[in-house]
Amino acid sequence: MTGPRNLESRTKHVKQTWGKHCHHILYMSSVKTDFPTVELNVSEGRENLYWKTIRALQYIHQHHQDQANWFLKADDDTFVVIENLQYILSKLDPEKPLYLGRRFKPFISQGYMSGGAGYVLSKEALRRFVEGFQTGQCTHFSTIEDMALGKCMETMKVEPVDTRDVKGRQTFHAFPLDHYVIRQLPRPRPWHMIYDYYEPNEGPNCCSDFIVSFHYIYAVQQYVLEYFTYHLRPYGYSYRFRPDEI
Amino acid sequence: MLSEGGSFMKGMVVGGVFCLVLSLLGSFSPVTESKTDGNDHHHHHVKAASKDELQQLSDSRLQKLTDQLQVYCVVMVQPKSLVYWATALDTWTKHCDKAEFYTSEASKALEAIDLNEKDDWARLRKALKHAYENAGDIRWFFVAQPNTFAIIENLKYLVLTKDPEQPFYLGKAVKSGELEYVELNSGIVLSYEALKRLVNVFQEEEKCPERGRQLWKLSDDKQLAVCLKFTGVFAENGEDVHGKGLFNSKTVDSLISESMKQNPSNVVEGCCADLAITFSGLSANQMQVMMFGVYRLRPYGHDFHDLLTFFPPEGSDND
Repeated sequence: MTGPRNLESRTKHVKQTWGKHCHHILYMSSVKTDFPTVELNVSEGRENLYWKTIRALQYIHQHHQDQANWFLKADDDTFVVIENLQYILSKLDPEKPLYLGRRFKPFISQGYMSGGAGYVLSKEALRRFVEGFQTGQCTHFSTIEDMALGKCMETMKVEPVDTRDVKGRQTFHAFPLDHYVIRQLPRPRPWHMIYDYYEPNEGPNCCSDFIVSFHYIYAVQQYVLEYFTYHLRPYGYSYRFRPDEI
Repeated sequence: MLSEGGSFMKGMVVGGVFCLVLSLLGSFSPVTESKTDGNDHHHHHVKAASKDELQQLSDSRLQKLTDQLQVYCVVMVQPKSLVYWATALDTWTKHCDKAEFYTSEASKALEAIDLNEKDDWARLRKALKHAYENAGDIRWFFVAQPNTFAIIENLKYLVLTKDPEQPFYLGKAVKSGELEYVELNSGIVLSYEALKRLVNVFQEEEKCPERGRQLWKLSDDKQLAVCLKFTGVFAENGEDVHGKGLFNSKTVDSLISESMKQNPSNVVEGCCADLAITFSGLSANQMQVMMFGVYRLRPYGHDFHDLLTFFPPEGSDND
């Protein structure tokens, strides 16, 4: 999800980094450009974000629903490791109504997924979202995109998935790595983890080796994360975390 | 009158020349190429072995090289930078076969070898001498400051096929006038032979003064280069197979920023080596982030089929 103002400063760098790892990627905006961006019938601005999201998902459903089994919504300041998302999705059935992301607990009883950390809808979940708006079961009752979408998911009986790895470490993140991985003395939940549905860990156990996303990642940091993920490595290192070996 | 003026002028000229000669001698570092047995290394870069070269070696030879390849980390700390010290202890130094912290003065918070020495060069000398005397079977030495992050596995890969009984002095090699030296802030690698020669030349106060030359005070890393030069050991730039520098005096963020300006369509490849050894100038938090980025974060399903295996250290939870 992006807009004309961010194409140069943010979206360009997404396109050059993790955007290349997607099977298909569409850049949703209010204006059509040669970036290329898709024009949705919305205005820019935070208060229009849920409308933009609704229109985007309707557009995808109308034009692209057969091109994929899973649909990832991310922002122009999200960083995603597509291979690690695929690893999680490979164990799930896209014909089931499923919804993945960084689960938050407030407002919606089954919880909802953070918008900035990126969330994924299965093929069936997308169908039900669109159906919800067609039948009036889902409405634009709030401008808070992630929470409102979470409400629609709950209404349409789409199940939230626990995306933590086998060691209980998170894969989707609503903030950059340094908000989680720095060692801290035991303390009450800091402000940025207050919403977490599952009890979060601070320090090295915050995060899975197979990270799926970070949020608030701008320009330089997109490339830095690309370098850390796909390039910089310790030669010959036998990684500790080997989930496929028992 | 003229003859008096004449001898005065002569006296001035002679005095002036004498003074000039004396001051030049004071700052001059003569290059004595001492003949040593074995090869002198006069190339200016040392590259890691290529995959082809490594594949030529038998499995048992490769295993033997790996087993013998141990690194002694000499970490120069000070109580005033306690946070970096603690972070280095908790992060990259765990991957050294032996890590010793050498401090300028004792700290109640952390253990180290107290050299009780404020002068940087005198302290470095003492630390290196101690490392040499306590090396045991270890044949490679890596000198760093605590705000440098080092990937020891990549250091081992660089020196894998190099003989430590030959003198090697590697890192980010830079030139200052006539002197080529390895910058301390991006880490200095010394083979056993280089360190041995260095410790021996420490006895020669003329060539390698303990307090450094009074007239022209050089930084500790330059002093090191001067002393090593007397023993026939020269600074070499550590590079990967493609000629990219492996030792960096800046942070990843800084190098990526530069690459965005210089190679906007190829930022990551144009920046830094995949098997980089050091980055420097990091904050304590950045070092913890790097620990995760280097030893944990990766895409599922990417296998590199490396020819060596290095195991994680015991009792560590962040790698």
